[in-house]
Amino acid sequence: MIPFLIYVAIFVVAFFVVTKIAQRSAISDYGSLKTVTFGDESAVTPNRAASVISILTIFLLWGMFTGSALLPKFLHAPGPFEGTGTFEYTAQAGNERDTATVTVVVHPIDTPTDAPEVAPGDGWAKDDSVAIGMWRSGLLRVDRNDELGRGDGAEVVEINGSKVQPGDTVDVGFATVTISDKGTPNIQPNKGWQMEPIWLPAPEAVVKRIGEIASEGFRGSTLWEHLGYSLFRVVVGFFFGALVGIPLGYAMGLSNWFRGWFDPIVEFMRPVPPLALIPLVIIWAGIGETGKIILLFLAALWIMAIAARSGVSGVKISKVHAAYSLGASKAQIMRHVIVPNSLPEIFTGARVAMGVCWGTVVAAELVAAEQGAGMMIMVASKFQNTDIVIMGIILIGIIGFGIDMLMRWAERLLVPWKGKG
Amino acid sequence: MSGLSIQSISMRFDLPNGGHVQALQDVSLDLKAGELLSVLGPSGCGKTTLLNIVAGFLAPTDGKMILNGHEISGPDAERGMVFQQGALFEWMSVRENVGFGPSMKGMPKTDKAEIVDHLLDVVGLQDFKEKAVYELSGGMQQRVALARCLANDPDVILMDEPLGALDALTREKMQSLVLKLWKETGKTIILITHSVEEALLLGERLLVMAPRPGRIHKEYRLPFAEMGVDADLREVKKHPEFSERREEILGMIWDMEEEIMGRTEAAT
Repeated sequence: MIPFLIYVAIFVVAFFVVTKIAQRSAISDYGSLKTVTFGDESAVTPNRAASVISILTIFLLWGMFTGSALLPKFLHAPGPFEGTGTFEYTAQAGNERDTATVTVVVHPIDTPTDAPEVAPGDGWAKDDSVAIGMWRSGLLRVDRNDELGRGDGAEVVEINGSKVQPGDTVDVGFATVTISDKGTPNIQPNKGWQMEPIWLPAPEAVVKRIGEIASEGFRGSTLWEHLGYSLFRVVVGFFFGALVGIPLGYAMGLSNWFRGWFDPIVEFMRPVPPLALIPLVIIWAGIGETGKIILLFLAALWIMAIAARSGVSGVKISKVHAAYSLGASKAQIMRHVIVPNSLPEIFTGARVAMGVCWGTVVAAELVAAEQGAGMMIMVASKFQNTDIVIMGIILIGIIGFGIDMLMRWAERLLVPWKGKG
Repeated sequence: MSGLSIQSISMRFDLPNGGHVQALQDVSLDLKAGELLSVLGPSGCGKTTLLNIVAGFLAPTDGKMILNGHEISGPDAERGMVFQQGALFEWMSVRENVGFGPSMKGMPKTDKAEIVDHLLDVVGLQDFKEKAVYELSGGMQQRVALARCLANDPDVILMDEPLGALDALTREKMQSLVLKLWKETGKTIILITHSVEEALLLGERLLVMAPRPGRIHKEYRLPFAEMGVDADLREVKKHPEFSERREEILGMIWDMEEEIMGRTEAAT
């Protein structure tokens, strides 16, 4: 809740600050002279400052709530208590009361620390000490070293001077102490607002992990092998999907028989998410490469077939008539009119298919795989290696984005006439 | 026999509800080689259907057409067509569009380049040779369409409202160009239009069609096309006979529209 409120606050404050500054340095290009902008979609352009601040805000929040070393200390959200704290307990056995001190050492989880030696002190209740990891809690049998223990009827009646019964909680400054049903104090050092690394590691930990895995690999394969396997599956599956799907789509667009024969199949298979086919493909083809490629082939096939079909039906009849009147044969019309006219549609389909294939391959690898980006994050999650999971998600996102950019670039280069007919 | 002979063509479309539409009924027409015929009529009179039949895109339910002694049975390079718009190949440059017909015939490159160059000169687009067609204005695109049709050297040119989508000024220039090309090439041309003025200006012969069923209503022989070859078209329009004919035909079409409206009202 608090991170969300900070996020909203940054959004609002940045909006007012940026628009104030932008007003001062107002540029007067054509778009800025429009008086009607609300409702004119063409007048809405992404505010670059907003984009930059948006990304920085995500990293800022990430760093704040993970205690990132990349941020100056004063920006950190309150962290968990670390160091040594003490509190007193008062035990009572019959009419005898005595007070003793408990020393608690709270240490980072990855540096094991022993409970410090403390002098037993006066009275029959002896001083205690305990070491607790950050974000953890610990039960302390304070009566174990006392002269009068639980067996003698002794019980903890006060913590730092306030009366307690089993179930009560007392704030002792650095921690809270709860008396369990059996009368044992349970010490919970303050957690602060920061996330524990096993839930959300700091940005630099993720970067460091990328470096480590890039140089050392993960589960017997390097990072590039993992990503390469995923990409290879996508490219091969998509290639075969397009190889079969495009001619199928053309046939459906050009022949009654093909249209009638394949329409029910294509229309049925189109709404079936490829993810739903994973179990069947695993049963039939196993978890190896063949199964994955068959799955991606099926994911790409219908999309490409439909794209090619609608590419053919999108040919203006006047163009086909014109070509016939200019003496073109059927084969020439196919080659010089129908194919170039359907290329923009096919490219759009290819972009969609690549996106779907990339999503499907990651999902398929999550289910079962020896290598791959999805397998990496799935295995890491089983060992609570959250840094690897986040690294994997970021890399999957970057690659998916890269694929789309590449397809758009190819589209601009190869079908410049898109939308110009 | 040279020329186009349309012999009692009828066209009947069956409707899904069991009824039918008589798009054309018993249309006969003889066109000598080199004649320029404009076809005019209210919407629904079957003029585009007639053109599509002559082009070979539709088979008539009755009747036949003879061109230069043989019967027409499908689309062919001997009958070129110029569409209203959007029939250029946007994936090709201006040069490739104009050279499309010769390419399909497998004409040697040098011959093709010569024809394309000549036609681009004629339509005044030599400077735009390597441009993509979608970079041109509407008028320029129609000039490309004309040149593309002429590159094939067809016997008959069919024009389906070729200037319909152009603005008034461009349209006037294009009308002069059509007349010039007609005179220079001596092609037989059938031109369909919605505009009475255009039909009068460009038609050596003018056919007024009537709807329901589509049929020839009246035919004129006009002197204006010949006049317009050399003269300014605005001068031609000032001719007293021109305005007389215009009023006459406008009245004729007006009556037909009235009649259609009346019939529709009576039916409802």
